[in-house]
Amino acid sequence: MKPFTRFESRFVRLPIDNIDTDQIIPARFLKTISKEGLGDQLFYDWRYDASGAPRPDFVLNQPDAKGAEILLTGDNFGCGSSREHAPWALTQFGFRAVVSTSFADIFRQNALKNSLLPIIVPPDVHAELFRLPAEAKLVVDLAAQTLTLPDGRAIEFPVDPFAKHCLLNGVDELGYILQHEAAITEYEQRRA
Amino acid sequence: MKPRTIIEKIWDEHVVVENPGAPALLYIDLHLIHEVTSPQAFEGLRRRGLKVRRPDRTLATADHNVPTTDRSLPIVNQISARQIAQLEANCREFGLTCYSVHSPHQGIVHVIGPELGRTQPGMTVVCGDSHTATHGALGALAFGIGTSEVEHVLATQCLLQRKPKTFRVEINGTLRPGVTAKDVILALIAKIGTGGATGHVFEYCGSTIRALSMEERMTITNMSIEAGARAGLIAPDDVTFQYLYGRPCAPQGIEWDRAIARWKQLPSDDGAHYDKHAEIDAGSLEPMITYGTSPGMGIPITGVIPEPESIADPIERESVRKALAYMNLEPGKPLLGHPVDVVFVGSCTNGRLADFRAAASILKGRKVNPRVRALMVPGSYEVKRQAEAEGLHEIFRAAGAEWREPGCSMCLAMNGDQLEPGQYAVSTSNRNFEGRQGPGGRTFLASPLTAAAAAVTGVITDVRTML
Ligand code: SF4
Repeated sequence: MKPFTRFESRFVRLPIDNIDTDQIIPARFLKTISKEGLGDQLFYDWRYDASGAPRPDFVLNQPDAKGAEILLTGDNFGCGSSREHAPWALTQFGFRAVVSTSFADIFRQNALKNSLLPIIVPPDVHAELFRLPAEAKLVVDLAAQTLTLPDGRAIEFPVDPFAKHCLLNGVDELGYILQHEAAITEYEQRRA
Repeated sequence: MKPRTIIEKIWDEHVVVENPGAPALLYIDLHLIHEVTSPQAFEGLRRRGLKVRRPDRTLATADHNVPTTDRSLPIVNQISARQIAQLEANCREFGLTCYSVHSPHQGIVHVIGPELGRTQPGMTVVCGDSHTATHGALGALAFGIGTSEVEHVLATQCLLQRKPKTFRVEINGTLRPGVTAKDVILALIAKIGTGGATGHVFEYCGSTIRALSMEERMTITNMSIEAGARAGLIAPDDVTFQYLYGRPCAPQGIEWDRAIARWKQLPSDDGAHYDKHAEIDAGSLEPMITYGTSPGMGIPITGVIPEPESIADPIERESVRKALAYMNLEPGKPLLGHPVDVVFVGSCTNGRLADFRAAASILKGRKVNPRVRALMVPGSYEVKRQAEAEGLHEIFRAAGAEWREPGCSMCLAMNGDQLEPGQYAVSTSNRNFEGRQGPGGRTFLASPLTAAAAAVTGVITDVRTML
């Protein structure tokens, strides 16, 4: 895993609550046995019509979306299915952070394992972000745990300290668990 | 010792190590896998040259992507066929038991675990599937995980986890005729919202829960995730023990007696602390149905569709408007009498024997309305055999409903069983998300009784008029 670095980016606005992982990537794209090639299927049914033509009114199809690395969404983002295809699709599209007032548990866990940072902000900041002009840029600084607004105000956000350590240092969780091999064996013997 | 909840008791028992600053390493007793969320995890093992640590604690089945038509025929969709073949190949390579399409034990992962007696009280159970909480009905701490975590458990039988917060839901009262476990859980989700239990694990208790059968309890715990809870459980009691007794993988003989003694220690201690509480008066509930594209958008069957204008928060208001536009429904109107094109009885929520008995009680001697396509999809081959032994399939066929092979089917529409754009379905599954049952399809979630009633009349119906 590559270390997660500070970055500045414009953001895409999706002002809808409870966006579920079936919207992020519909089930029919889960027949794949690979992790790759999912960026084109991100928000597929909102992005394309039944004939496969882009829907011009959907945010990801608008010129502003190009190159934006932050997604701003409504409450309880990523609810529903546990599919890790959701963060795979989001990161392959180019997102590195999602900002909301809350995230579903499994999505949040999956995102953190794929260098996609879920950023929780208070409702007033959330509302303010939606009012910012289209060209506005935000700075995401994981080490400082801050999201900086164009006027220079740095908003602090919570992140699990262990997840932060793994993201910043590119630590692979499975590698960490494997170091506890002896403890796992001892536990198994104790309970046998 | 400080009084503990059942959740804390199971948690404490399964912590392998807890280093300062890091999440606990939690031991997993049972790992269930299926074809959709596992291929990339096996690929990860191969890349690192790792084995599956405990094949004996791992069980695979093919369910999400399997056809529910004649299984003696080859699978038409080549991409689906390849994914199922990949599961079989992975299980062969890593030495795992796999109940694939032709196994007599095949079925939806959350139906077969309990049915075989693999799921037991006090266990930790995980699966790359958000409805893993189903197994919580037996008093197990069971939750859904992503594919990276599937790989972690395959390799180490452990997961890094923070201790969840606890949420006690007390459900009291006697259910009135026509009101089922499905209506109880839909009422709870409507009450607390789809994110109401994020970060928490439910413990369901109260007189209503105690009076439910094991199958009905599974309907309740199954939908915990629809309120945001990664897990939900019910303390084991005699109903649990009777359900498990004699099942193929349940303990036997002296082992059974020892297990019972252990399981009896699990219920939460008096005075145990919970982080959140909710109560449901089940005696006053009506059959429930959803009108929107989130499982929290539920109303009593005789209710009216809420007005988005009455919602203060602008994003929430817009979300409800968007849902009603997708559903093509008008606020202020009742759902009763709304036309229905498809009825789906099945899924890990309501695809067990009791659910087909309920549907059959309405369809017996009646006909499916000619405008409706009714699909009955058993949750497993075991459910199918039991239902057929009772002649339920004949009741369904005589009524004009389809009796199909087991799998997830139209719950997530991966296998070709799906709605046409614009169609309305009454479904006994758990999600009414946009396009969940097929692009453009519209879902009303309800109980098997309410679904069967709609199959007969062709419109949304209060099943209590047909009992
Ligand atoms: S029946 Fe539906 S909810 Fe249950 S495991 Fe299958 S797809 Fe998931």
